[in-house]
Amino acid sequence: MRNVWTLAGREFRSYFNGVVAYIILAIVLLALGLLFWDNFFLQRAATARMMFERLSMLLVFATPAMTMGLLAEEKRTGTFELLITMPVRESEVILGKFFGVVGLLVVLLALTITYPLTIASLGNLDWGPVWSGYLGLFLEGATMLGIGLMASSFTDNQIVAFFVALFINGVLWLLGFFLPVLPLAAASYLEWFSFGYHFDSLARGVIDPRDLIFFVSVTALCLAVAFRSVERRRWS
Amino acid sequence: MSDVMIEARALTKHYGPIHALDDASFEVRRGEVLGFLGPNGAGKTTTMKILTCFIAPTSGTALIGGVDVFDDPLEVRRMVGYLPETTPLYTDMRVLEYLDFVAKMRGFNHADGRKRIQKVVEETSLSEVIGQEIRSLSKGFRQRVGLAQALVHEPPILILDEPLSGLDPNQAAEIRELVRQIGRERTIILSTHNLPEVQMTCGRVLIVSRGKIVANDTPDELKARAGKPHYLVTVRAGADGAAPPMHAAIERVGGVERVAASSASEPGEVVFEVTPSDSKDLRPELFRAAVDSGTVLLGLERRGEDLEQVFRQLTTKGDA
Repeated sequence: MRNVWTLAGREFRSYFNGVVAYIILAIVLLALGLLFWDNFFLQRAATARMMFERLSMLLVFATPAMTMGLLAEEKRTGTFELLITMPVRESEVILGKFFGVVGLLVVLLALTITYPLTIASLGNLDWGPVWSGYLGLFLEGATMLGIGLMASSFTDNQIVAFFVALFINGVLWLLGFFLPVLPLAAASYLEWFSFGYHFDSLARGVIDPRDLIFFVSVTALCLAVAFRSVERRRWS
Repeated sequence: MSDVMIEARALTKHYGPIHALDDASFEVRRGEVLGFLGPNGAGKTTTMKILTCFIAPTSGTALIGGVDVFDDPLEVRRMVGYLPETTPLYTDMRVLEYLDFVAKMRGFNHADGRKRIQKVVEETSLSEVIGQEIRSLSKGFRQRVGLAQALVHEPPILILDEPLSGLDPNQAAEIRELVRQIGRERTIILSTHNLPEVQMTCGRVLIVSRGKIVANDTPDELKARAGKPHYLVTVRAGADGAAPPMHAAIERVGGVERVAASSASEPGEVVFEVTPSDSKDLRPELFRAAVDSGTVLLGLERRGEDLEQVFRQLTTKGDA
């Protein structure tokens, strides 16, 4: 487990050693600002719901940018070989990278705390749904990061990793909008795979264990697939 | 633990239809520097990747310090310091930051890690760039960071994949000297396609070609395979265009098996090709023979003993 934290720490710092983290954070915060304040005052309500919905959409694009290099770039430059030939398990590498990028997500979410704080100064904000909304964003974001890490394990090309992750995120995120036009039998199953279905109830302030289980199990599945794909290298 | 630090047993690796390595067996003993020689794509890198447990062989196995690469890859990796071919480093990190990371991954706490780092930084003369970002370093310094990284945990075994490629002659000489120093206490495998390199640093040479080991000898034994050396003696021709006194004088020198006058490239010169009967250096005697017979000696050259020739013979077999 020690290796996991060492790797996570290195990964986290490497985002800030370069410009990647700053660019992603700046773009997301800028876009969030534009999307949020655009119609905030029309709602005539002191609620942060819109922020969570907008940010949830922005994460669809932002998380693949965070994860695309995690394994793909290491494989391309060969540092992956040096990393793997240290006394470290493949599973530790996967977990370390995952926690490292989750750290970046936490920074991003922490920087948006200014929104609820501002809203609270404008009116009477109910903090319950804010915290459950953050929990939802964290879980949804972490799941998207898991998907991104998995995509990054398939290839040594960052661009490919980005688009694979964006595609999967997009499908799972957009699924919610297509459910009404699908046959009822199919919709009731597919609903379960929609990000929106699970995220919306958290954003409303409802913490349902089934939603937590959904995010955690999809993340675990993605990390397991990433692990297999990294491990397969040995036998190819 | 026995004296055999690395033992490859019938290593075979197929990438689909490509046989990267075919039934390769060899041993490396403690304190030995083994040169891994072969054309590009011969299987050197594949072998090293198997020994460091980055990939698994299709069949066969390898024992590192007595541990099977299939049984306990982590233990194998603990014993090995590895420098892959392209010296892949995290270029966004500073040298010290990077070495700290490596020491931590190798299981040292911060204080112990720093002690080790201080030692390898001295060994590899990195102190002047310790605070610099790796991306700003020259190839030579990067190579040293790569070596430092492989040495932090004082591994008994070092595996270096082309540690000198891409370096200028001065840098190469420095790294070579470093490898020689390090090699006194450790078992080293280094791959290269640079022949003088092998002669200077390695106690034993393994030549691979198309995935097969075609030679496993000391550099001297390999040289012996090139056949005996021969000598080219150039003298000034006499008035009649020949130099009979020299011919007879050379024949009288002990250890000469055969003398033949060959065609001279310049007019007024005669070249004798001398085949010795053993490997003793005949040049002093040949010089004296020329002086004693009153012949003007224009050139005296010893040919052969050429690793390059052996290398070409062994690695191009069946290509023609």
